Amino acid sequence: MGKKMERIEKKMAKKIKYEKTVIEGVKDVPVKDIASESYFQTVLRRFKRHHLAVASLAVVAVLGGAALLAPVIAPYQPDEIVGTFSGAPCKEFWLGTDQIGRDVFSRLLYAMRISLLVGIMATLISTVVGVALGLLAGYFGGAADMIIMRFTDVVMSFPYILLVLVAAAVFKPGLWNIILILGFVDWPGIARLVRGNVLNLRETNFIKGNIIAGMPVGHILFSEILPNTVAPILVYATSVLALSMLDEAALSFLGLGVQPPAASLGNMLNGAQSLTVLTKQPWLWIPPGLLIVVLVMAINFIGDALRDALDPNSGRV
Amino acid sequence: MKDSRNTPLIQVEDLKMYYPVKGGIISHTTGFIRAVDGISFSIMEGETLGLVGESGCGKSTIGRGLVGLEKPVGGRILYEGKDLSLLGRRDMKRIRTQLQMVFQDPYSSLNPRKHIFEILAQPMLYHRISTKGTVEKDILKILDMVGLSRNVLGRYPHEFSGGQRQRIGIAKALSLNPRFIVCDEPVSALDVSIQAQILNLLKSLQKELNLTLLFVGHGLGAVNYVSSRVAVMYLGKIVEMGEAKEIFNHPVHPYTKALLDAVPVPDPEEKQKKRDLLQGEIGDSVHPPEGCRFHLRCPYAADMCRQKEPELTGEKAGNGHYAACPIVMQDKGGQDIV
Repeated sequence: MGKKMERIEKKMAKKIKYEKTVIEGVKDVPVKDIASESYFQTVLRRFKRHHLAVASLAVVAVLGGAALLAPVIAPYQPDEIVGTFSGAPCKEFWLGTDQIGRDVFSRLLYAMRISLLVGIMATLISTVVGVALGLLAGYFGGAADMIIMRFTDVVMSFPYILLVLVAAAVFKPGLWNIILILGFVDWPGIARLVRGNVLNLRETNFIKGNIIAGMPVGHILFSEILPNTVAPILVYATSVLALSMLDEAALSFLGLGVQPPAASLGNMLNGAQSLTVLTKQPWLWIPPGLLIVVLVMAINFIGDALRDALDPNSGRV
Repeated sequence: MKDSRNTPLIQVEDLKMYYPVKGGIISHTTGFIRAVDGISFSIMEGETLGLVGESGCGKSTIGRGLVGLEKPVGGRILYEGKDLSLLGRRDMKRIRTQLQMVFQDPYSSLNPRKHIFEILAQPMLYHRISTKGTVEKDILKILDMVGLSRNVLGRYPHEFSGGQRQRIGIAKALSLNPRFIVCDEPVSALDVSIQAQILNLLKSLQKELNLTLLFVGHGLGAVNYVSSRVAVMYLGKIVEMGEAKEIFNHPVHPYTKALLDAVPVPDPEEKQKKRDLLQGEIGDSVHPPEGCRFHLRCPYAADMCRQKEPELTGEKAGNGHYAACPIVMQDKGGQDIV
């Protein structure tokens, strides 16, 4: 009898020990405290789940870095005639030379600089204008809302390619003009988005609480409302960035955008208007075309991932 | 203290708050929702006035009007005897902080992008209630009053439970040294166990700081618990008003009776008792019924109720107990009829 009890006790002890080790094992695993992480950490964690977007971010970072460091990286001056006319890629000229003997690789680096500059500046302008008008229209309502939104409708209903063509014809086509034109064309979407968000937020208790607390309008608009609508603005801005880079390429391709000798991805494609270039000299148009596609796609992927990562209601932890 | 009890801090005279109803092809105003339609009452310094009524009767609208969130279309709101709508900007800015509000939904009353320290400190610094050097100390004092500790400061609203958030909401209201706080159904979004804590907190804070409260609620138990006086609203009008004990023990108006009757009693014996529940729904506030607004649902409605809108009077009910019902007032002065 006693022996049996002993055995059972031993068994029990073993079992308990076993359970203990299991529990200790669990304890050893570092448990991430999701509740205590900051908003930024949450966004980062969610963003990392989109592998395509992370890769895109790397691509954009590399290309952007190359564009930024163009004067250092480029083997030749972009406008310098250094080789034969329309020379094929070789050791000396990695991507060949263009019709008047400039190094395509060097020009490509500078072109990317210009294209990114146009895209980013146009996006910045349209975001600032759109956010300002959207905030005003949404918060003050009434006549301000009426005027701003009708103006927005007018700009939106304009066939914008036509607007850009006319504007480019009236003003001298050039880098800053194209930036201003594209910036002016793209703000209505942002203005509408911001206005809608403000209309929602204005009804929330924390905004009302701030009104009751007697906080000034500037504080309510920029410190309470704006931070709560940054996420959708950021997502929208990425698509505006991609779009305005495409628009710049299209306009420059048509000869109305960035003017030669300055290189942009669009006016480098200009050469492809000729059949000989298109069929016989692919090094002149494939690299810039490919760069446009890659940049625009990467930016769009990043925007998609941002949408998921920034949205508190996307349902993922 | 004794003296202050008898001076009204808030006086409301014939307050009217309408919302336009837009309609038609070219959206124009086709009518008005008469959320609050000619209401007068006053709140004494240091007392709690409870405001009860069905959803949609306009009780929250009164609260919003008192703190200046919405402008009345008629009538006056007097604060310390001064008409709020006539005050200049500078006076308004000073008084602004003295009228605060605690919201119903603790989940939307705090900015999700700011941590608690920012939420509490910014208004205090703006109104120079404290300085950069003292603000943390002041906040800790307030947090202590509402039963929170210093470790909440660096956290974001989503890290807290409903009850904790409501405590933060109360702290935010208190941080501006208010004299009058509108509590707009402050416990109806909370668990029952938490409700009691928040009610006790409000009650003790009121005593400690000599606050004047307007407690808006549809939970009769909660209103009874915190209020010294109670006003019952129906469709934009006050139908009965008086000491909380009086209202709950000797209701006069048929609507108040029905409201109290609808409270479930946790007693199996009571189950047998048939209740006179109200039929129909609260009326249309765009076209309120003529005469007494309650007559469509009132079991005692007579001809006179359909013709003339009854006044809120206190003749028969006595000792500060007012009711707007000619039938009961005529009859037995507040005793049960039928």
